Amino acid sequence: MSTSRERVLARVRAALADVPADEPVVRPVERPYADSHGMGAALEVLEDRLRDYKALVRRVPADRLAEEVAAALERRGASTVAVPDGIDADWFSRTQAELRPDGRDRPLELRELDGVDGVVTTCAVAIAETGTIVLDGGPDQGRRAITLVPDYHLCVVRADQVVDGVPQGVRRLDPARPLTWISGPSATSDIELNRVEGVHGPRTLEVLLVE
Amino acid sequence: MSATFLGIPPFPEAARAAVNDSRLRHNLRKATHTIRDKRGAVVTELEEDWERLRSEGAAIKSHTLRHLDHYLEQLEAAVERAGGHVHWAADAAEANAIVTRLVRETGETDVVKVKSMATQEIELNDALAEAGITAYETDLAELIVQLGDDLPSHILVPAIHLGRSQIREIFLDQMAEWGVAAPEGLTDDPRALAEAARVHLRERFLRTRTAISGANFAVADSGTLVVLESEGNGRMCLTLPETLISVVGIEKIVPTWADLEVFLQTLPRSSTGERMNPYTSTWTGVTPGDGPQEFHLVLLDNGRTDVLADTVGRQALRCIRCSACLNTCPVYERTGGHAYGSVYPGPIGAILTPQLRGMSSEVDEALPYASSLCGACYEVCPVAIDIPEVLVHLREEVASGPGHLGEKAVMKGAEAVLGSSHALAAAQRAAGAARNLVPRHLPGMAGAWTDTRDLPGVPAESFRQWWNKHEKGQS
Amino acid sequence: MRIALFITCVNDTLFPDTGRHVVRLLERLGHEVVFPEGQTCCGQMHYNTGYRRPAAKLAVRFVRTFEDADAVVVPSGSCAAMIRDNYPRLGGSGSRLSRKVAGLAPRVYDLTELLVDVLGVTDVGAYYPHKVAYHPTCHGLRMLGLGDRPYALLRAVRGLELVELAGATECCGFGGTFALKNGDVSSAMGADKARHAVESGAEVLCAVDNSCLMHIGGTLSRQRSGLRVAHIAEILASTEKEDALR
Repeated sequence: MSTSRERVLARVRAALADVPADEPVVRPVERPYADSHGMGAALEVLEDRLRDYKALVRRVPADRLAEEVAAALERRGASTVAVPDGIDADWFSRTQAELRPDGRDRPLELRELDGVDGVVTTCAVAIAETGTIVLDGGPDQGRRAITLVPDYHLCVVRADQVVDGVPQGVRRLDPARPLTWISGPSATSDIELNRVEGVHGPRTLEVLLVE
Repeated sequence: MSATFLGIPPFPEAARAAVNDSRLRHNLRKATHTIRDKRGAVVTELEEDWERLRSEGAAIKSHTLRHLDHYLEQLEAAVERAGGHVHWAADAAEANAIVTRLVRETGETDVVKVKSMATQEIELNDALAEAGITAYETDLAELIVQLGDDLPSHILVPAIHLGRSQIREIFLDQMAEWGVAAPEGLTDDPRALAEAARVHLRERFLRTRTAISGANFAVADSGTLVVLESEGNGRMCLTLPETLISVVGIEKIVPTWADLEVFLQTLPRSSTGERMNPYTSTWTGVTPGDGPQEFHLVLLDNGRTDVLADTVGRQALRCIRCSACLNTCPVYERTGGHAYGSVYPGPIGAILTPQLRGMSSEVDEALPYASSLCGACYEVCPVAIDIPEVLVHLREEVASGPGHLGEKAVMKGAEAVLGSSHALAAAQRAAGAARNLVPRHLPGMAGAWTDTRDLPGVPAESFRQWWNKHEKGQS
Repeated sequence: MRIALFITCVNDTLFPDTGRHVVRLLERLGHEVVFPEGQTCCGQMHYNTGYRRPAAKLAVRFVRTFEDADAVVVPSGSCAAMIRDNYPRLGGSGSRLSRKVAGLAPRVYDLTELLVDVLGVTDVGAYYPHKVAYHPTCHGLRMLGLGDRPYALLRAVRGLELVELAGATECCGFGGTFALKNGDVSSAMGADKARHAVESGAEVLCAVDNSCLMHIGGTLSRQRSGLRVAHIAEILASTEKEDALR
């Protein structure tokens, strides 16, 4: 217990002398705003938004996922790929790329991560309206570092993971998990407020939308 | 010791120099109009839901502020439950001392920083430097400002006052001093400049074991901290180091996780004019095996409770630092941020700075007047802060203090003339009689008018003189 | 109907023609205009500069002078906004002033509001054969929410060609005492507004507020631009018989 804690709290309480003692501390969550904004069919909207952010997007049927993963890695020229150790091994049955599994118990060294050509993960939820993919550190998404250090991120998004709007996305997520919200490749607007894609995070984001 | 706002003259004087700097005017005009248009498009897209989100955002923040003690304690408990440590700092000196001590305990002398207004406000980098610790800014614009030994001039894009060619020169001149040099033959293409920053910082991210951040939101019920960014430098700092220290103003709290349903819509659209910013990170305490294993939250007062004590001015604490008010402000557009003499420039700065610092100087006293009260800021604010209302409220505070005798005399005189219709009529007759004696250039303060503008002619008769004749059927 | 005119101190003293135009226009439309003699000023200058007490005194005077009026017309957007938006803040909740303001404020109208909302006219029978640009002043735009009303009134004027004004919603930089306290910024804003006005190709720039027009007009006049400014009342009062520019 620091004395500063008591001091700051005492100042706060003194500052709030005008607030009636019986005013409820808890505000009921009423959500007077929309869950989403009816921008169109979720997958179409998600694809449009991702392209707007300069991400690569492909619609793929579920039974061709292994071929599509292999094709994407080949197009990229990725010969070594980090993967979370809980990801479906069948997806990599067709690729020639060398896999480097990573997990909380056996993490790759940062230098090793910096040396791979890319990373493949799934996601927890995707939000169509804002073109956002959220990772929550689940076994098929892995530690936060693996989707950050490599320059190419291939993300597999299932149709049933896509919601229309941000409020629906927030509701599907568990705040106790470390979350990374990704809306396109990294970018900056710091120079004359012109958006430039590709700074510190992966400069290429590719999404396979599985129907 | 880096550049400081100390010594920047009061707003009108600082603004004069800025207004006459044609390159600055060009940079600002281009940048603010670009972002203004982008914001307009993504806000309009949400139609009437925007107003609902705006008023809900305002209501959430107002409610939180009215019960801030409760939510601070709730946040503290939740963060500690999740494996984080919470520290309380009454002022800047204490916050700096806490952070310095925490960094020393890691044994490191280098730290990487996520862009943070709170740490700018308390001048943390200088305090760390005095303790032999180098703080490396990693946000592109903060890096530009740091390399150029400059001052931030905008909340979101601190280097908004600089154009691409100036940034290129700073990189070529300074990068080698701080680490990896800029490539020879660097052009001023924004892509090339961003690439130079990537290369310059890459090694630092991989090597540095301690990071310092702020936060956009701190969720009381879950203990979650939220950082919105674009470049990935934030993710680098929040993910790769072993120790993370976050300095967060006590007003950044929202009560529940559900509240982010609102702010994750309004902040990006207001801020960068995007539907969503490229990266948002949220973390709750420590996650074993993933990210920093040591997390410290430093809760910062530093004048915020003084703002909270003012029932009119309190609304300034709702601010989510989106900077929409700067981007839309016609005054900011012409002066840039440095003229405001604080890390918080523009309309929000004009009401926040004097309240945080307690109207303690001529600079602070001038800030509430740095506005034509046009109301554009209030219109775009995603948490509906009535900035003009607070500006007028603060002007009242200045006017009720000592000094400003000339103005007080003018106001007193006007009060006497306007206090009765007979006095007003008499003054009008006198003015009408002397109408040909008004010089083209007025002396003193009124000279500010006649330097650039002609005066309207004084008419021979006032309206009420005409009306009396009109009533009698003589006109 | 019987309409009380609040001329405002600036119009009364410096722009009496605006009052004359309002009276002519409303009488031409068949209404009776009254001018309560006791009126002086709404208190905007004092209020905006931080002198709350004198502003409150002037608010009390205004309320006393106009409380019996069916409708009050104010040919100044900023003064109308002062009364409607700021008077409620002056009295404190539950005070006598607040109660009276709550009763009176809804009957206080800017000229364009009075015409369109209360009198139900957009075509006021005006004739004005000139190219006109409209500057939507900040108070008119953001506090009163005049919206399309002024444009609708201008579009209905015979002979008038309404031209587009770039950057229309941006403040002209007058801002009352701001023009003196921050003369450099104010002038820079005024110069940009004047430039847009000239580039619009208009012969006349009009607005609902003479204070802004005084600032923009003063800039245009110093630049010898040949473009003149006019209160919207002048245009709406103008008829074929007496085109104001002839």
